[in-house]
Amino acid sequence: MEIAYALIIGTLTFAGVYLVLRARTFPVVVGLTLLSYGVNLFLFSSGRLMTGGQPIIGSTEVYSDPLPQALVLTAIVIGFAMTAFAVVLALRAKADTDDDHVDGTRRTDLPEEAKHTNPPREETGQ
Amino acid sequence: MNHWLIAPILIPLIGGFLQVFMGYAPLRLRRTLGLITTGLLLASTIILLMMAADGSYRVYAFGNWAPPFGIVMVLDRLAALMLFMTALLGLFSHLYSMGRTDVDSRQFHALFLFQLMGLNIAFLTGDLFNLFVAFEVLLIASYGLLLHGDGKQRTIPGLHYVVLNLIGSAMFLVAVGMIYSVTGTLNMADLAVTIPTLAADKLPLVEAGGMILLVVFALKAALIPLTFWLPKAYAAATAPVAALFAVMTKVGVYAIIRVYTLIFGENAGALAHLGMDWIFPLALLTIVLGMIGMIGSAGLRTLVAWQVVVSVGTILAAFSLLNEAGLSAALFYLVHTTWVAAGLFLVVDMIAAQRGSATDKIVTAPRMPNRTFISVMFMLGAVSATGLPPLSGFFAKLLIMNAATPGVAMAALWAVILLSGFISLVAYSRAGSIVFWRNVEGHINNPEKLTFPHTVGAGALIAMSIAIVVAAGPLSDYTDATAEQLRDASAYTSILDARMVGEDES
Repeated sequence: MEIAYALIIGTLTFAGVYLVLRARTFPVVVGLTLLSYGVNLFLFSSGRLMTGGQPIIGSTEVYSDPLPQALVLTAIVIGFAMTAFAVVLALRAKADTDDDHVDGTRRTDLPEEAKHTNPPREETGQ
Repeated sequence: MNHWLIAPILIPLIGGFLQVFMGYAPLRLRRTLGLITTGLLLASTIILLMMAADGSYRVYAFGNWAPPFGIVMVLDRLAALMLFMTALLGLFSHLYSMGRTDVDSRQFHALFLFQLMGLNIAFLTGDLFNLFVAFEVLLIASYGLLLHGDGKQRTIPGLHYVVLNLIGSAMFLVAVGMIYSVTGTLNMADLAVTIPTLAADKLPLVEAGGMILLVVFALKAALIPLTFWLPKAYAAATAPVAALFAVMTKVGVYAIIRVYTLIFGENAGALAHLGMDWIFPLALLTIVLGMIGMIGSAGLRTLVAWQVVVSVGTILAAFSLLNEAGLSAALFYLVHTTWVAAGLFLVVDMIAAQRGSATDKIVTAPRMPNRTFISVMFMLGAVSATGLPPLSGFFAKLLIMNAATPGVAMAALWAVILLSGFISLVAYSRAGSIVFWRNVEGHINNPEKLTFPHTVGAGALIAMSIAIVVAAGPLSDYTDATAEQLRDASAYTSILDARMVGEDES
């Protein structure tokens, strides 16, 4: 179970970091979401992994740590609100700059009509 | 248990809620209520400051849950000083915002007060996870404040700021998880007790967690190489918001001082002074980068934003000397630089409103109509920020340089600080002479009149520089006592024995 769990966290974080480093706002927002999933799972594991454990004293032989569960719950709520805000902000950036590049720039070496009809999709290397 | 401790959290919380529901109330009423809230906040922090001056620790345990099981608020000298500094800054920035800024959005006052609440939670909390929550509270308010105002120029710096801080929050959680998985506690006092007793095979996880925490705090404090988001974001924000943000980097500095004197301080055994050998060179590099930024600024706002970067480097360089005098000098400089940088942001905004289309750009423009007051304020702010006598910057830098003990560190620190004073003097002189003296023929349409909120808000913050000089003795006594209190981390852990309500009878 530990190996599978660790691999899932690693994969989520890897994908999250990769997407955050992209130059368009949508992949960045998705990357932030994946990153927060990975982090939440990691935080959850800090109370040790076990099956059948309960966080209430006297209910069972095997106890699980209730605190990481509370921490993860808080982190999920905060992360959810922040992601919603980032999505709205990315939409506003798209509307304000007519481009979904994270720096708000568009390529200037294209002919004027191409800018309007077909927004460039290549990375500008920034 | 001391119930005064939650006053700096409750006052802006209640005031902010009132503002949320009063979005359509007359502007006059909202402003009056907002000022009353920040005024009450300042009064409550003065009470806390006087309480903390006796050098003991006061505890407020939420829900009467004894630490380390519940969340505690802890008041000591450092927390009280930060609270007072923030409340005073908040009052005058809030006053300044009533000149023009708060008209743009109905929720400005609510966001402003919630930001103050988040700052106060961060300064008071004695729990690592609660510190994370405090960061999120102040960040979500700061996202709204940063984007406040019309125009499109704030969207992209705002996006960068939000994305960077979300990544920072994720790393904070990773660090918290790593530390918790070994120590089984997140109460700062309990961590300070637990970490020296850990077995050697468990230390690497805590060490990694501690270093990741340092990265998170360095991102908030804008230490190199995590500094590049700051100038754009601060230069894009409206003036009262930028002034309030002058304290945002100081939250990162505060967290570094708190965590790395208490949890990873002298008594931490194998992890004593974790990461401090990194902080000193990075802080000096931050000052150097800030100098380059100041010289290269094309606008006054960017110039002051780079000044904030320089000041963060100076504070952390003094702190990482790891002696009591250095810590005391760092706190003295912190108070001075926060107020003066905030005052400069406000003065620069007044300058921009006098210059028509030239705004805050460092270019020649027609003569400003109402220039006398503004130019004197700019000069006072610049003199104080560069560290020329007789204003507060001089004394602060003197204390920092005095704190260095002879050696390589002293040579590096003296060279960088003296050079940074000189370079920032050049930068301010260049900017000031172009903006105020080199005028071209022309006429400015509709220059802004000097109004009461603007002159008092900006003037009072700049005047704090003179007030610090007048009260230099008491203030440095206070910071000395604070440094002494911080050095003795074992006293902080006495809060674990604090008596809860209802335990007095037994």
